[in-house]
Amino acid sequence: MDIKYYIFLSIALFVMGIVGVLTRRNAIIIFMCVELMLNAVNLLLVAFSKMHYAANAAANANAGSEAQLFVFFIMVVAAAEVSVGLAIIVMLFRNTHSVDVNFLNRLKH
Amino acid sequence: MGITEILFWGLSGLALFSALMVITSKNPVFSVLWLIVTFFTISGHYILLNAQFLAVVNIIVYAGAIMVLFLFVIMLMNLSKDTEPQKSKWLKLAGAVAGGCLLLVLVAALRNTESRMTELGTGEIGLIQNLGHVLFTDYVVPFEIASILFLSAMIGAVVIGKREMHSPVHNEVEKIEAMQEEMNISEPVA
Repeated sequence: MDIKYYIFLSIALFVMGIVGVLTRRNAIIIFMCVELMLNAVNLLLVAFSKMHYAANAAANANAGSEAQLFVFFIMVVAAAEVSVGLAIIVMLFRNTHSVDVNFLNRLKH
Repeated sequence: MGITEILFWGLSGLALFSALMVITSKNPVFSVLWLIVTFFTISGHYILLNAQFLAVVNIIVYAGAIMVLFLFVIMLMNLSKDTEPQKSKWLKLAGAVAGGCLLLVLVAALRNTESRMTELGTGEIGLIQNLGHVLFTDYVVPFEIASILFLSAMIGAVVIGKREMHSPVHNEVEKIEAMQEEMNISEPVA
């Protein structure tokens, strides 16, 4: 499969995440769109790792495995990020009884 | 057109459709469920690329742990009803146009890339034996640092999520306890 299709699929998923962040007001859905963007990048990294393997498999049997480990570490960081981020959202909801990001502009003042 | 091409296009279409449903669903619970569908299609792509370890980790970590956490928080806050205030129509249109412009620029910039093939269904690098070997020889230090990251994230989540001592609920509880104490003291007298 041509690498172009993977690039375009990842771009489309990433842009959908961006549109979600820009158009929604619920903090949890904005957070989910960030996860969607992370997954689009992961998919592109795995596709590139297989492309690198296809080109360099004769010289190095492990070619491209670094990219897949990178994806693994991205998942690790995403899991830690989600736990802290959801704790912050729960605390905001407890204080303001809303997860509407338009009300959460107190740092501006 | 072989079976892998058919699977690729099917999974791609399903991924794009479910991502679109994530950002257009009114109900946050439906958004979470469509995002789980998206993660499963991405896992399908990983299996097509023979990255079996990442496919399994994606299902376990994302669809299993993270999305359950999201669902749990939504249920906890009782946000599942359609009470989310919507942005105005023009702001939504502006967001969609901005995203479309980004899509246009990126696709136009990458349209003429050199045509290289990725291998589908072959190659050993995605298997857990190979990845585990690389992870525990070349990448041991980042792996151990990840455990410290998890520990600090856990402590941070507990500290942030802890109930504050001066919340109204706490004051009410204190008042009720004081009243109960008073009643207990006054009872023998009466």
